[in-house]
Amino acid sequence: MTRADIYTRLADQFGDSIVEFNDESLQRYIRIEPSGWYAVATFLKEAPDLAFDSLMCIAGVDRGPKEDQMEVVYALFSMTHRHKITIKISGPRADFHVPSVESVWRLADWHERETYDMFGIVFDGHRRLKRLLLPEDWEGFPLRKDYQVQDYYHGIRVPKIKPKKLTP
Amino acid sequence: MRDLRTEEMTLNMGPQHPSTHGVLRLKLRTDGEVVTSVEPVLGYLHRCFEKHAENLEYPGVIPFVDRCDYLASMNNDHGYALAVEQFLDIEVPERVEYIRVIFAELQRIASHLVAFGTFGLDVGAFTPFLYAFREREMILDLFEMTCGARLLYNYIWVGGLSHDIPPGFVEKTYRFLEHFEPKIKEYNDLLTNNKIFIERTADVGMLPRDVAISYGVTGPQLRASGVDWDLRRDEPYSIYDRFDWKVAVGVDAYGELGDCWNRYYVKILEMQESAKIVRQALDNLPVEGDVHAAIPKKIRPPEGANYFRSENPRGELGFYIVSDGGTTPFRVKMRSPALSNLGVIDEIASDWLVADVVAILGSLDIVLGEIDR
Repeated sequence: MTRADIYTRLADQFGDSIVEFNDESLQRYIRIEPSGWYAVATFLKEAPDLAFDSLMCIAGVDRGPKEDQMEVVYALFSMTHRHKITIKISGPRADFHVPSVESVWRLADWHERETYDMFGIVFDGHRRLKRLLLPEDWEGFPLRKDYQVQDYYHGIRVPKIKPKKLTP
Repeated sequence: MRDLRTEEMTLNMGPQHPSTHGVLRLKLRTDGEVVTSVEPVLGYLHRCFEKHAENLEYPGVIPFVDRCDYLASMNNDHGYALAVEQFLDIEVPERVEYIRVIFAELQRIASHLVAFGTFGLDVGAFTPFLYAFREREMILDLFEMTCGARLLYNYIWVGGLSHDIPPGFVEKTYRFLEHFEPKIKEYNDLLTNNKIFIERTADVGMLPRDVAISYGVTGPQLRASGVDWDLRRDEPYSIYDRFDWKVAVGVDAYGELGDCWNRYYVKILEMQESAKIVRQALDNLPVEGDVHAAIPKKIRPPEGANYFRSENPRGELGFYIVSDGGTTPFRVKMRSPALSNLGVIDEIASDWLVADVVAILGSLDIVLGEIDR
């Protein structure tokens, strides 16, 4: 199926949950309401003509304080039909909740934990949502654009690197 | 007797333990000798790669990419360079494509040699490790004569290569292949068909096909479960569609599909196939040509996002790059194959003995550098 076909199929089935289909960018994507995501995800995996059995990647994106938006991007692939689709879910930077799909694709377990770890996006329904790479008592979410490193961690000063120093 | 209480015990494997292949801690719940659950604790090697990448210009990210999967730096460079090139929609010269494939496949052999050697170590065979490193050394010599580095190369750049191959490289690589190809039989005699090795690995830690796909297990680990899937053939990037080679899939020789032995054996088969690709690429390598494509001095991909995946020795390496039109990436997400491969360990190592967990972990062939990033 082409991406446009997949969009029509989803729009017929779920209507309001499907916000938009972007056909112009290099990577065409479907934007979905957070509330409908779990049902859409199950459908994408179970429907025989879609059969998205492989979740390739989950990436969080922080659009910055100015736009006040955060995104979770899911790259899906079907091993049976060999078609792809990108799903985007957006929400406010403060208190962004997305339904967890960890029980649909097991890969989402660690990838959602990583996204929570780095962005503070909460995945509702995840069975063990805790930090993946950072220590559990770390403060803040490093990949947010306005992240400030904490001064001390267990009495040890955390070295600060000014972003400008990295680029010549 | 009724008053005797038996308890489950928590056993820490690592973070400082040779069989964890780096700084990985596994929290094992054990019931006697039997493991009931495995919980990996990650992050000991976290170096904030994705945060750094947001503060560097596109070509400047490459040395950082090197350090993610430090056993397959060439493949990482290749994947990242291709992801940015696809974004910019630029073509690289023919000669560059061939040289890139030669290095990517040599690196795949080198990486699988480490996997072969250390897997032997994990299950108690010391000798294969020395054999593996003997051949790996020759590949590292080839890399060293080309770019001066033996581990972290910074060789494959966006739009080309850092510099051309030196005189004598092609002949030396042919000599290496002539030396290497017969050695595979030696490895098979030494380890693959060794009775003790088979007892330790065949029918241990089976990973069924559906579970593997759901967990996002990729690469040799997925093919060992009988899935005939390789991005080099099924989503051809670079010039992989020009070569004649076979995708290595698990075989039904000593145990079920998807056991530790198969995950090991697919890598041996892949080394053979990679050697074939290198030979064909050397045969067809254009003699003349520039190793830099005409690209602007400052790379500014158009606003938008792109996900590109390529086949690494450990599986599917993906780069999700978001651009805001500037010279530095707005966001880089690296989908590391080893992270997803390790994610399945609780599923396949539960209900096996503690000693089998070592074999299962070894067969998954992880590199902590790219798990923790």
